[in-house]
Amino acid sequence: MNAYTTSHRSKKEDRIMLALLRLSAFLAVAILVFIVGYIMVQGFPVLNLGFLLSSPTKMGREGGILPSIVGTVVLTLLSAAIATPLGVGTAIFLTEYTREGTFSKVIRFGTESLAGIPSIIFGLFGFLFFVIRLNMGWSILSGALTLASMILPTVVRTSEEAIRTVPDVYREISFALGGSRWQTVTSVVLPSALPGIVTGIILAIGRAVGETAAVIFTAGSSLRLPQSIFDPVRTLPVHFYILAREGISIENAYGTAAVLMIAVLLVNVSAYLIINRVAARRLERR
Amino acid sequence: MRNKEKLVEILLTLIGLSSVTVLGLIILFIFKEGLPAFAQVGLWQFVTGTRWSPGKNLLGILPMIAGSFVVTAGALVVGLPLGLGCAIYLSEFATAKTAAILKPTIELLAGIPSVVFGFIGLTLMVPFIRNFFGGPGFSVLASALVLGIMILPTMVSVSYDALRAVPPVYREGMLALGSTDWQAVKMVVLPAARPGILAAAILAMGRAIGETMAVIMVAGNSTIIPTSFLDPVRTLTSNIALEMGYATGLHRQALFATGVVLFVIISILNLTARVVVRGKTR
Repeated sequence: MNAYTTSHRSKKEDRIMLALLRLSAFLAVAILVFIVGYIMVQGFPVLNLGFLLSSPTKMGREGGILPSIVGTVVLTLLSAAIATPLGVGTAIFLTEYTREGTFSKVIRFGTESLAGIPSIIFGLFGFLFFVIRLNMGWSILSGALTLASMILPTVVRTSEEAIRTVPDVYREISFALGGSRWQTVTSVVLPSALPGIVTGIILAIGRAVGETAAVIFTAGSSLRLPQSIFDPVRTLPVHFYILAREGISIENAYGTAAVLMIAVLLVNVSAYLIINRVAARRLERR
Repeated sequence: MRNKEKLVEILLTLIGLSSVTVLGLIILFIFKEGLPAFAQVGLWQFVTGTRWSPGKNLLGILPMIAGSFVVTAGALVVGLPLGLGCAIYLSEFATAKTAAILKPTIELLAGIPSVVFGFIGLTLMVPFIRNFFGGPGFSVLASALVLGIMILPTMVSVSYDALRAVPPVYREGMLALGSTDWQAVKMVVLPAARPGILAAAILAMGRAIGETMAVIMVAGNSTIIPTSFLDPVRTLTSNIALEMGYATGLHRQALFATGVVLFVIISILNLTARVVVRGKTR
């Protein structure tokens, strides 16, 4: 075989492959930009204060989306407030209070399995357990508890990762100064892991905001402005889904989608900024 | 002081069990509600029956099982090469600066709500397919395209991590032997990262099978086993979400039983992914 032609051919293969790889990265980004841009452009004309601050009339054909905005914010924050102590607590337990063994394996197995369960199954479970068995009915509370179960694995995983990056020396110094285990956790470990933990919670919130399947069977689809967490509510993605699928109002569907996208982008970008700032600070320290 | 420490430890142990508890409750409640349908219809009859018409008490979910698998296979055909291509580019060819911008951008796809993907599919892809390929537009093809895009972030970030975990020495050794960049990737990096890439594909598969709202909006949802890419299709997840609102009695139990089947499929996939990943670390 002629060495020259082989290398010539393989260089050509290199060029073709690199072009294909570039193309796939370009496509992925182009799809994202297109989706965001399309929703924004279509939804923007509908967006005004009246749309944001008024209640819907005629099943959402006219009027605004205030109840859905309020419902989404309250439901999402409540689910984060429930999932945070459980998730961060689990992470603290796994990293600071137990060695790798059967027990920690069981917890890991539970967390990983939970992470793989589709949201519709969470919806079914939330409906059977919170709505019916615990008699909470279709309510913000039922929805928030269901979403909290769903985002729990995300909070556990990101908190554990954040806590593991805290250098052992920190703990050793605290112990040497006479600090107890819990004191070490609260005054040394958690403060230095905080940015990572917060990022994880924000990412979990980002997931919860856009969730539909788990919420539609647990929080209901009421168009009324909720007065308490025991009231049913129609979140933004559910409202959007109903408007779009039943063809009630395509303009208002676009407007709702635009608000939803803005919320999701804000949440994700702020998580990204926190990660970046922490990474930059870590580099400086070196 | 000591008592407080002990109390905290007990409390944290209990909190640590929260995810296992939730998992247990999910299994308990879904199975308890779904099993009576298996008993009444017959397990074999339920999963191999080809007709679903709850009004006539015909409860066979084979069309939905087939639908879920066909749509997922299609999603992998779209998402796997595209996602792996992105991961290889980001990990092996892009400069650090480019990768630092591109990777979070692609991962942002994971944050877009599934109803938005479904809506884009509904307003743009479905009419496009109807006009250019024929059929109703609501189809296996539309579902596969939407799902293929939705699994991209999983595919990219998991296989990116697998590629990054390959020691640089491997590449350097190949390059020193006179290989080109792509040859080093093809002959050394990809084989070394194979378990991780496989795990990425399995996880992506799990995401595609479990996706509900996006598929409902573009699949057409008829309960027939599809014979062409342009046929409408109904998945297990859609079956639950579409009829849950009004189902009662045996019909409702059959929907929970559909959930049980979905749960079992997903569990098998996740366990496989775990075994594959463990094989890598050994």
